[in-house]
Amino acid sequence: MSTGTEPEVESELTQPASGTDEAELEALLGDRAIAREEHLNAPGFVINPNDVQAVLSDLRNEAGYDHLSCVTAQQYEDRYESIYHLKKFADPTDELSIVVPTTSENPVSQSAEPVFRTADWHEREAYDLIGVEYEGHPDLRRILLPETWQGHPLSKDYDQEKPQLVTLTEHQNPIQPDHRDAESDTMFLNIGPHHPATHGVLHVETVLDGETVADVEPDIGYLHRCEEQMCQSGTYRHQIMPYPDRWDYVSAGLLNEWAYARAIEDLADVEVPEYAQVIRTMGAELCRIASHMLALGTFALDVYGEFTATFMYTFRDREVIQDLLEDLTGQRMMFNYFRVGGVAWDLPEPREEFFAQARDFLNELPAKVAEYHDLITGNEIFQTRCIDTGVLEPDVAKSYGCTGPVVRGSGVDYDLRRDDPYGYYDQLDWDVITRDGCDNYARVLCRMEEVEESAKIIEQCLDLLEEWPEDERDVQANVPRTLKPDADTEIYRAVEGAKGELGIYIRSDGTDKPGRFKIRSPCFSNLQALAEMSEGEYIPDLIASLGSLDIVLGEVDR
Amino acid sequence: MSSDEPQQTIHDSTAPSTDTREARIGEGVDDRFNSRLREAFGASPFILTKFDEFMNWVRGNSMFMLQFGIACCSIEMMHTYAIKHDLDRFGAGVPRASPRQADVMIVPGTIVSKFGPRMKRVYDQMPEPKFVVGMGSCTISGGPFQEGYNVVKGAEEIIPIDIHVPGCPPRPEALIYGVLKLQERIKNGESSAVVVKPYELEEFGDLPKDELVQKLADQIDEDDLVMRYNWADSP
Ligand code: SF4
Repeated sequence: MSTGTEPEVESELTQPASGTDEAELEALLGDRAIAREEHLNAPGFVINPNDVQAVLSDLRNEAGYDHLSCVTAQQYEDRYESIYHLKKFADPTDELSIVVPTTSENPVSQSAEPVFRTADWHEREAYDLIGVEYEGHPDLRRILLPETWQGHPLSKDYDQEKPQLVTLTEHQNPIQPDHRDAESDTMFLNIGPHHPATHGVLHVETVLDGETVADVEPDIGYLHRCEEQMCQSGTYRHQIMPYPDRWDYVSAGLLNEWAYARAIEDLADVEVPEYAQVIRTMGAELCRIASHMLALGTFALDVYGEFTATFMYTFRDREVIQDLLEDLTGQRMMFNYFRVGGVAWDLPEPREEFFAQARDFLNELPAKVAEYHDLITGNEIFQTRCIDTGVLEPDVAKSYGCTGPVVRGSGVDYDLRRDDPYGYYDQLDWDVITRDGCDNYARVLCRMEEVEESAKIIEQCLDLLEEWPEDERDVQANVPRTLKPDADTEIYRAVEGAKGELGIYIRSDGTDKPGRFKIRSPCFSNLQALAEMSEGEYIPDLIASLGSLDIVLGEVDR
Repeated sequence: MSSDEPQQTIHDSTAPSTDTREARIGEGVDDRFNSRLREAFGASPFILTKFDEFMNWVRGNSMFMLQFGIACCSIEMMHTYAIKHDLDRFGAGVPRASPRQADVMIVPGTIVSKFGPRMKRVYDQMPEPKFVVGMGSCTISGGPFQEGYNVVKGAEEIIPIDIHVPGCPPRPEALIYGVLKLQERIKNGESSAVVVKPYELEEFGDLPKDELVQKLADQIDEDDLVMRYNWADSP
């Protein structure tokens, strides 16, 4: 259950020696820790901008913090600050924040990229949006905004009204007179931003050597819709909740809403009624199935051009789920159903009809999954395309901060629903799926099996809901009309979204709007691993690998 | 045999047709072409119409859509193409991956600054006559992201739009309705609205040399195409 008092309770439960743990950390960091901070989710240490690499590598190697889940940068009146949110893959409740302040005049701090590969993009984003510079970063360019952009939009003195110039010829023209450059035998190829295999507006700059991929660089930002700015200008109580639906928009809305709900409920100390938690759990898992179905359909499309059967079948199933969700929430995709402290309303009346429809869907699901196995995973062509392509070793996956089915397909047993329980998950009976294949095939199987696990969860939720006594059906807690958490409270909370760890960092500034709202998107981190997975392989394998990462550009770019 | 005496083989018999071809045709002159349609048109099976009108009619009934996914709305667009909603029923469901083969572009999502020039380029690559359906609030005004620093306040700032389908996202039914309305307009030979003040792709060298242009002068070549966003003037 998500409650405001959770951090303390949890740390007592999971690390009986949490006190000594912190003492150990203090000893490990020594006088590199210049101050302490308390975040609601984790203890924080303030360090000097020159010590970033040393501290992070000590923490990773000596203390086991091997998951750099997010880098948050922000500007205060008198300083810039980067926060490195660290976790352990083995135990995500064991968290730590490393806070690196820099002066306003000279916002330069050391890059964490040599320690955690994932810091590469995260720091580029921080540079792009806030303006913190990272010394020793291999390639500190803008990532979300065009290269020619002026100013850093989330910094304090940014003027949104100023004109901006964007070039079209930002990239080398793919149809240059002769596709080769003079010295080498390679060819440069632009894939996207408008291309059917990129699942949206992604641009992949590829260098080919014959048919082999020599170099891959995803270029993102074609759907950077200023989600963080939007959330920072909305009030906690009602105005933020509609936005999460639009991050991962393949019907995974409730999973995203939960990320925000969990963060704000912990921040404002709101206790959610159990009945609402069960509804949330059920809705979220329906969303997960819908999202995995889309992943499956488009993957089949990418890999063996199966436009008619598989794609249509997955859409048929998605339609059923969308109908259920529409009955529940009132919308097909942009649900806006969660509220701070619960959900908007109870199950639709007549309840029996809703239960019957949901059960019908669950009853038919096993046959459908079997059909997919017949059509897809049992298909020889499909297997040839997927087995041993796009290999992502567990250690590489970890250092890129991959989560969700991507990391579980590489054999890393990491699922926040179980490891950092929220909602009703810890009282239900289900399993975390992992696969050791590390290849495209493993990731697809992982998703398909997760669909079955989700179905199990939904089934149990339906049973619970059906039997829930009528007078205890509270869908919302009593939450004040305006929420004003104490100034300078900081929290980072994550949930298991459809694509992986979806985290929210909020710093309150005493008003009814967040001072800083940062979204940790699983796709953003997962996509970084693309180069690792596809360099040296054939170009069709690049497309398959991209498909198996199951990215959603709305969430990558935010 | 006159056409208002229904042939039993077609109408009221469910028995398998075992008649020979001759028996079906009947005696005398071959009158296979006799039909209600012919009766309606008179003796000759010809329709006289203006060529333009004929072309408009054909155009409206065979639209090749550009496969163009941008944001959330594109998911509903895919649902519109897929089973259950099946846009193909209306002669408008062949998604084409290349803009050079497409007549209609559905713009399904938020346009941000970086994507604007690319969308313009894709639009320019489509052969004439071309039509655009703007799907969702984002293409009307920027939608929920209207106040974002990076969001173009409606696709109409960049390309002309024939039909706006409101909603966030519009339901597949709404998109179908929009496409049908577009077909109606095409059949009537109506052309698209003119954009009031579009953002254009211009050569960098042609821009007035203001502060911004001077600052970027060493980064951008004179003949590079650029799009200049004057955010302050956006609605
Ligand atoms: S109109 Fe709504 S659903 Fe459509 S792209 Fe914009 S935000 Fe997404």
